[in-house]
Amino acid sequence: MNPKTDLPQGTLDLLILKIAALGPAHGYAIAQRLEQVSQHVVQVPQGSLYPALHRLENRGLLAADWKESETGREAKFYRLTRKGRAQLETEAASWERLTQAVGLILSLSGGAE
Amino acid sequence: MSWWHRLLRRKKMEEQLEKELKFHLERHEADLISSGVHPDEARRRARLTLGGPEQVKEECRDARGTRWLEDAWQDFRYALRTLRQKPGFAAVALLTLALGIGSTTGMFTLVNGVLLEPLPYPEPSSLVVVHGQSSEWNAELFGQQNVAYQDFLDAQRSARSLDMAAALFNGGTLSEPGEPEYVDFREISPDLFLVLRVPLSQGRAFTPEEDKIGGAPVTILGYSFWLRHFGGAPDALGSSLRLDGKRYSIVGVAKEGFRLFGQEADLYIPVGQNPARFLHNRAAHPMHVVARLRPGVTLSQAQAELSLIGRQLAEAYKDTNAGRTFLVQPFRPDVGDVRPILWLLLGAVGLVLLIACANVASLLLARAVSRERELAMRVALGATRSRLVRQCLTESAVLGLSGGVLGVLLASLGIRPFIAFWPGALPRAEEVQLDWHVLLFAAGVSILSGLLFGLAPALRAPFKNLEQTLRAGMRSIAGGSRRLHSVFVVSEIALAIILLVAAGMLGRTLLHLSSLDPGLDIHNVLVTRMALSPSALADPAKTRAAWKDILDRARHIPGVQSVANVDTFPMREGDNEQAYSTTPDQVPVNKLPFALMTCASADYLKVMGILLRRGRFFDDHDDPKSTQVIVIDEVLAQNAFGSQDPIGKRLWIPEMGYSSNAFEIVGVVGHVRHWGFAADDQAKVRAQIYYPFSQLPDSFLRRWSELMSLAVRTEIPPLSLVAPMRSELKGASNDQVLYEVHTMEQLASDSLAQQRFLLLLFGIFAALALLLACIGIYGVLAYLTGQRVQEMGVRIALGARPADVMWLVLRQSLGMIFLGVILGGAAALACGRILQRLVQGMQPSTASAFATMIPLLVFAALIASFLPARRASRIDPVIALRQE
Repeated sequence: MNPKTDLPQGTLDLLILKIAALGPAHGYAIAQRLEQVSQHVVQVPQGSLYPALHRLENRGLLAADWKESETGREAKFYRLTRKGRAQLETEAASWERLTQAVGLILSLSGGAE
Repeated sequence: MSWWHRLLRRKKMEEQLEKELKFHLERHEADLISSGVHPDEARRRARLTLGGPEQVKEECRDARGTRWLEDAWQDFRYALRTLRQKPGFAAVALLTLALGIGSTTGMFTLVNGVLLEPLPYPEPSSLVVVHGQSSEWNAELFGQQNVAYQDFLDAQRSARSLDMAAALFNGGTLSEPGEPEYVDFREISPDLFLVLRVPLSQGRAFTPEEDKIGGAPVTILGYSFWLRHFGGAPDALGSSLRLDGKRYSIVGVAKEGFRLFGQEADLYIPVGQNPARFLHNRAAHPMHVVARLRPGVTLSQAQAELSLIGRQLAEAYKDTNAGRTFLVQPFRPDVGDVRPILWLLLGAVGLVLLIACANVASLLLARAVSRERELAMRVALGATRSRLVRQCLTESAVLGLSGGVLGVLLASLGIRPFIAFWPGALPRAEEVQLDWHVLLFAAGVSILSGLLFGLAPALRAPFKNLEQTLRAGMRSIAGGSRRLHSVFVVSEIALAIILLVAAGMLGRTLLHLSSLDPGLDIHNVLVTRMALSPSALADPAKTRAAWKDILDRARHIPGVQSVANVDTFPMREGDNEQAYSTTPDQVPVNKLPFALMTCASADYLKVMGILLRRGRFFDDHDDPKSTQVIVIDEVLAQNAFGSQDPIGKRLWIPEMGYSSNAFEIVGVVGHVRHWGFAADDQAKVRAQIYYPFSQLPDSFLRRWSELMSLAVRTEIPPLSLVAPMRSELKGASNDQVLYEVHTMEQLASDSLAQQRFLLLLFGIFAALALLLACIGIYGVLAYLTGQRVQEMGVRIALGARPADVMWLVLRQSLGMIFLGVILGGAAALACGRILQRLVQGMQPSTASAFATMIPLLVFAALIASFLPARRASRIDPVIALRQE
């Protein structure tokens, strides 16, 4: 297993929004999906997942309903709101720009040495 | 979900959080088990990955955004608990605050009702008043000029930007129903109620047909008049009354409490029915005009239109209207000279409130110092600085708000008695009430004072030297707080000095003013307005005969020494001012000096006890056919003639309206303080001219008779003569009345009522301030010496004498007193200037006020510091040292 890297600051919210965009999910499912899609590369601190979910709900980016889960028990399902979708788009775009820029800088050959 | 929603559903949210996390753990556990992990190990791992459940929960709660409120609630309950633990401290602090906030709130209630509230008519912002304006009118001297009735009618007809209405102040004798009585009525244009948008409580307004000469005589009753005379019976409508000999049928009753220009009239009648000449003379300006701007029209647009109309009128009526136009101003309540007094008093109670805050602050600070260890412990357990500051502030806010609630209660109970106690009548008193403005103010003041006295103790919550504080135990070090304490004591003393000196200055002023010579003998003089029988007013000869009869009859009533009739007399509202000149040249009136005109009969000087300096006063030989004579006072003599003898010289009074404007001076009398003790020295018009009633031209007689009063010098207490005079003078047809009865002593005393009232209030405030400051000094010194018990014990054990220890404590308090006196003295000097500007007749001699008040304060402060000092000197070193 590769050594896991910490999640860069502020990206947890973006990832949660992205996953919620795929369809309503409860907290555990979100945690699992985070782990799956990041292919175990990124360390998702589960302890900060729930505060992040509550914060996003509080800001109106996520909405929550209590529904029956696949195992038949009631679970809190989070889904993306319209405001959340807009936020996701802007944040994803700015993330894209950032990574491009960082990539560009890193691919510069030679130079300072 | 809004934050309050979340807060209210806090319990449910907690349950859901619990459920959500539990679900997560169980699912993780189940997944791990299904992948072959042992159940115990699965549970362990699941928990480990999620992290400590309490910590996760706490973070989720933070994410909810209601955290601060939950904390506040917690702090609030904690604050209540700590206050309950120290009921003595809580009681003193609450009482101090309640007094401070209560008096400030009460005074603000007055300011709000009298000065800030808009007029009690619907949509007051679109109401304006229309004044007359003329280049010849001295508005600074006489106030704004009113409008000629015909000018009003023309403007009303052509104005498109506003709807105008007018009222004429008048009074007359009501002879039916009931006993004859003087009533105060308004002659109004029929649309007055419409313009003000005040509906009648019953009946109808006047019709345009009734607003014409020869229209049916109709009247609308004032609400109070209706209650008084008709017992509030609805059948008053349709019945009638007799006013000045004419029968009017009643068509309506005004709304309860309806006032115009601050007064509630007894009756309203249509002005258009009045055939009086002055209403058709554009040179007479009797009408008060109000108007309502039409929708969308601004004040300046209305002004522009009326200026244009004014110019057209000036063109059309050159004789009377040249240089004359209209002035449109916002309709504001007229509250006279009450404005500065109210602000002054609000300032004074504000000082008392500040002292109260300083007092509570030092009490809180003392407590905070003794709680230092508790706070240090909380910091050690992880409380953040902001959290502790917030908690301390919550405590003081709780104190402040509870003090505020008590204060509002105090204000609501005290406000009516206080208004009743106000000298004279407080304008707009009926509009003073505790409304939401006042509550908002009280809440603001309470929170602000809570912050003010809570901040210092809160900010000194211990962060540095945490360990030291914890280790120091009860032997906490008072060093740092000593300076803060001194700040409070010094400011209390300084504030108290301001109030004490102000009270002292007012006291000096009152003494000085009462010792002034009013220029007349105020004892045993009765003055009363007198309305002649309407039948006597019909014809000048009859009027003269009626006055002669009245004076003769009055003179023969037992107990009457002498009697005179007079139009205006000293220390009462109402006067007549005319420009005079020592040459017959034509000089514009507003360039000339003015004098107070008094029309009186021969015995006036004797009745009032005014000194005759030179020449003579009037006698029976001064009649309309003889030389026109006047008597002047020494001020006018000095102003106009200097050291020359004025007797035999002439004065010209251009607007007198007599056939000739020249008057021969036959006498000089002493100056009378017409404007009262306080105001006369600064009055704009002080010179006085007397002219004989017996020389009044026939055309003046009717109007002057309506203004006349009787002045009577008595041999017995003046008020005991009212009943015999009433019955002796009621006339053959029982329609002559005396009204507005006063003694000169009352009037003289009323002329100082404002100063006396202020002195009393400032005296109370100053005493309160002194008391609070002494309590503050005592509290702080007792606390500081309490902190130094062991030190004192050591000193005594090492041989210090009790006197040394006492001196040690007293020296500390003397330092604070000294600094407070210096600062307070400087501030008091500045405040003295303000007082001098705001209070009439205020004496600038502050030295004596300082000389009496500062020793008083120092003495009181020393007594307050003596007790803790003595206690310190009696410390038993053995006990003190064993405490450690």
